[in-house]
Amino acid sequence: MLLTFALAGVAASIAAWILPARLRTAGVATLVGVACLAALTLGVRVLASGVAVSWSSTQVLPLTGVSLRLTSFGALFVVASALVALAATLYWLGYAYHGLSSRSGASALALFVATMMAVPMAASVTTFLVLWELMALSSLVLVANDHARREAARSAAQWYAVMTHLGAGAILLGFVLVAAHAPGQDFTSLAHAHLSSTTRSVAFLLFVFGFASKAGAVPLHVWLPKAHAEAPGPASALMSGAMVNLGIYGVVLTGRILLGGGPSWWWIVVSALGIVSALYGALYAATSTDLKRLLAYSTSDNMGLVLVAVGASGLFNASGQPRVGALAMASALVLLLNHAAFKSTLFLASGSIQVATGTRDLDRLGGLMRTMPVTGPVFLVGALSVAALPPFNGFVSEWMLFQSLLHAVPSPTTQVVVVVALGVATLALTGGLTVVAFVKATGIGLLGRARSNEAAQAHEVPASMRWGSGLAAGACVVLGVAPLLELRAVARATSGLGAPSLSSGAWSGLHLGPFRGELAPALVGAGLVVGVLALMLARRVRRAGTWPALRSSEPWGSGREVQTARMQYTATSFAEPLQRVFDDVVRPERDLDVDHAAESRYYIERIRLRSANVDLVERALYRPLQRGLAWWGERARVLQNGSVHRYLAYGLVALVVVLVVVA
Amino acid sequence: MNALADVSVALVQLVGLVLGGPVLVGLMRKVRARLEGREGARITQPLADLRKLLTKQRVRPDESSWVFAAAPVVLVATTLVVGVLAPLVSTHPPFAYSADFFAVVLVLLVGSVFLALGALDTGTAFGGMGSSRAMTVGALAEPALLVAILALSIPARTSNLPALVHGGLTQPSLIASPPHILALLSLLIVILAESGRLPVDNPATHLELTMIHEAMVLEYAGPDLALVSLGESMRLAVLLGLFVNLSLPWGIATGTGPGWLALGLVALAAKVALVGAGVAVFEVFSAKLRLFRLPELLAGSFLLAVLAAVTAVVIR
Amino acid sequence: MTLRSMLAALTHPRRDAEPRDALASAVTGVPALHGSLQLRHVDAGSCNGCELEIHSIFSPVYDAERFGVRVVASPRHADALLVTGPVTKNMAGPLAKTLEAMPEPRLVIGLGDCTRDCGHFRGGYGVEGSLDDVVRVDVHIAGCPPRPEAIVDALRTLTGQ
Repeated sequence: MLLTFALAGVAASIAAWILPARLRTAGVATLVGVACLAALTLGVRVLASGVAVSWSSTQVLPLTGVSLRLTSFGALFVVASALVALAATLYWLGYAYHGLSSRSGASALALFVATMMAVPMAASVTTFLVLWELMALSSLVLVANDHARREAARSAAQWYAVMTHLGAGAILLGFVLVAAHAPGQDFTSLAHAHLSSTTRSVAFLLFVFGFASKAGAVPLHVWLPKAHAEAPGPASALMSGAMVNLGIYGVVLTGRILLGGGPSWWWIVVSALGIVSALYGALYAATSTDLKRLLAYSTSDNMGLVLVAVGASGLFNASGQPRVGALAMASALVLLLNHAAFKSTLFLASGSIQVATGTRDLDRLGGLMRTMPVTGPVFLVGALSVAALPPFNGFVSEWMLFQSLLHAVPSPTTQVVVVVALGVATLALTGGLTVVAFVKATGIGLLGRARSNEAAQAHEVPASMRWGSGLAAGACVVLGVAPLLELRAVARATSGLGAPSLSSGAWSGLHLGPFRGELAPALVGAGLVVGVLALMLARRVRRAGTWPALRSSEPWGSGREVQTARMQYTATSFAEPLQRVFDDVVRPERDLDVDHAAESRYYIERIRLRSANVDLVERALYRPLQRGLAWWGERARVLQNGSVHRYLAYGLVALVVVLVVVA
Repeated sequence: MNALADVSVALVQLVGLVLGGPVLVGLMRKVRARLEGREGARITQPLADLRKLLTKQRVRPDESSWVFAAAPVVLVATTLVVGVLAPLVSTHPPFAYSADFFAVVLVLLVGSVFLALGALDTGTAFGGMGSSRAMTVGALAEPALLVAILALSIPARTSNLPALVHGGLTQPSLIASPPHILALLSLLIVILAESGRLPVDNPATHLELTMIHEAMVLEYAGPDLALVSLGESMRLAVLLGLFVNLSLPWGIATGTGPGWLALGLVALAAKVALVGAGVAVFEVFSAKLRLFRLPELLAGSFLLAVLAAVTAVVIR
Repeated sequence: MTLRSMLAALTHPRRDAEPRDALASAVTGVPALHGSLQLRHVDAGSCNGCELEIHSIFSPVYDAERFGVRVVASPRHADALLVTGPVTKNMAGPLAKTLEAMPEPRLVIGLGDCTRDCGHFRGGYGVEGSLDDVVRVDVHIAGCPPRPEAIVDALRTLTGQ
């Protein structure tokens, strides 16, 4: 099965180059599909049996060989990635005609999917890093897909390239630090490394820097809104739905498995990072007017919540509450899986919207629920799931996170109590902000009247795109009503981490093992459906009259003569009260140009206002950093005077210094 | 509990809510009228209003989608689901094991979200304004709400509602404790915000620019409007019912049988009427807060909730 | 309004069944409102004398609310359109839109003499016509301005309370 997966993945990447254009999409998609199914079967088998699968060879990579080992924990991530990739590949069949059908694009997509599913299987440092780097490079190609036509895509690719390599560099350094004291470079040897606590902590911090940056944690998230927004539909779905999960995989792998748990302050740092990311991401999602940027910030927000859960889990374990720690880890993984489902739904549906209307700007959309009768409800399902509303899947994971924080409270440590209190407050505030963000996205983007010609002329997308996004939405519904499936998988995965097991409960409910907490999402869902149907029937019963029971009429606008679609609220106006409340953090850049008339200064000919939401971290942290580096680069130019002799002298001096230090 | 008991509790709670919600609104209007020196309408007037509305024509804006038509139905359906699950008349409602406080709050939120979506679907500026403000208020009220739930759940070690109410019944000292009182205060402010009462929103205003909730329902007519009014009044009744059962649980039915249910219903009606009248008196003497002062009010409520949570941990 | 009649109104808050100031037209074909009447007021060009009387019927002295009458914010919520003043040229369109926005069954109530024959404003350059010329009126309340008791009596015949 492992072999099938690897062969199919490689074949797909190569096929993209050799197949003719007519067959390219279908051929590559089939091969990628085969690879996904193989990985899925492998992952499910490992989860079901609990037995790890390994494979190693000294042949494939020079000097170090390849070593793969799939445990239950990694298998969960493989399964999630495979499912997201299946939906995205199906979607890609129809999307390809709109922009992702080139040889490099198809090949990059195939390579991306294959490496993304392979990363959790890596069992040695070099395998891991090679796969990680291949994943980053292939996704970079995908982000830069549109670079010839859009400046924003070029800029996004540059930011992504720099940040992902900074992260990879940090991860490499961390691995080097740990492996230097270990008997070998495979993960089992690393787990037995003899490290001083300072080295351990430094390594952990480096790992957190690298992996949290990949997951989109603030303040390392600046690449995420750019890259996820500029990447084509299926690529953004894969990046947000599956790639960011690997950041979390890395944090847990290094923190819990390789470095063996660690002191509480590690996990407090992780939780703090999570809290800041969640609040920041939710706030920027609520005030964003670009549909895909909104979704990208929401990814940052959800990954922040996962980091809070992971940090809480580590903290509870370190302070002697392993059962609550297991519950917290389980809620982190459930949140991760649910995020994969609803974020891929949202990105695929917004890709459809972008194809149908040609724009991502919410202020120019509207009226799409009527013109796109499949994509509209699909997006709505995704939006309700991310807002954690019953009976969809986000509700279950938020509830579990709340319960894991609640049941940790009977604990003596103040640290735990503070983290719990902050965690619950964060959960609540981000929940509220996410609701605002997605009511805005759905309401302004899909409902009401079309705010531009492009939106008015939209029509439904081809069948494969509908099916791709629809399957993802179906997953949101199924996981919301019957979370048992994912809970069993998560329980297997957490037991792989050495945590005590949690019972999951019967079909109708969710029972949290030793704690008093129960939920019946299927019941709530059934109740809502029954209620809705009953009321719809009751509403039809009407008294006699010659007038029609339902009349369509112009909307009520206080009797004004002309009502245009531009009089509706836009995304900017919807979020304005919230922006005012949080104006320290979300400060839009405003440009106001006033053209006076030639005759007199008192007559104004034209006023132009440009308002843009610039990321605060980018403006306050990265831009000064960029300017500083540029300044330093200018200063350092004196070293480059073109003389070869001087360059040789530099090389000699550097070599001597290194020899002296090493000796 | 056996099926018959479950069904009877569910029926009593549902019928009580459907009839009692509008009567509660009528009572609050009556109290307000009396304090203003008027006689005021009968307290069953909202029921007459609903009956008349059901006989009228439904109207929809010409470019709206199915979301506009679905919103009132979803609002009432969510309130009905909560009405069945919540411990209002009895501490053993049907499916009591699943009546988690967090879940109840989120189910009610589904109704608000759909109402906001329906308002945006009208294609008017009023709908957008109403939903924008309502969602902002909801977002700012949610931290206070969840931290208050945390504070109430810490002593009982669970967030299951029937368990919380039962805990209050068996240990009155829990109710009189500082964390409980602070959490209930915070909850009261949040309830006022979520159900659109003064000082957050004026339910009787005609000035669109001062509306929060009313602006979302300007387009609904006939049976849709009936459902929306019913949904809002039922939601107020449910929230106040939960509030009274958490603060003054005595009188709630702890056993099955018609006698218990009757007692529970009467007790609930009396307590909710009392609290509702109190809210109405408070409304008469308060003015609506400016929209941009609301974050301060809700932040104050959040602070109360945090204090409640902290004292809950310290007292353990 | 004399002091005596005002005192009489205060001491006998509930009126008897027959309305005193007679309605100009018989109330025919009125839908069953089940004791609940929601009004939407439109000022089509009045001098605001009638508006002051509308304010006073909701005051503690006359308190029309106890008879099941309420003023609402949107015509979609209303059963009856309460119009005051002659219909001016600028208000003819909005008035028509307001009426069109109301769900069936709907009523039009003309308050004051201006709604029947433009009153003092007959022949004005800005006046389109009286309410009778523009729309089918179900109930007329005569007076310039009508007395609050007359308005309340007319509304009571609609609500039946």
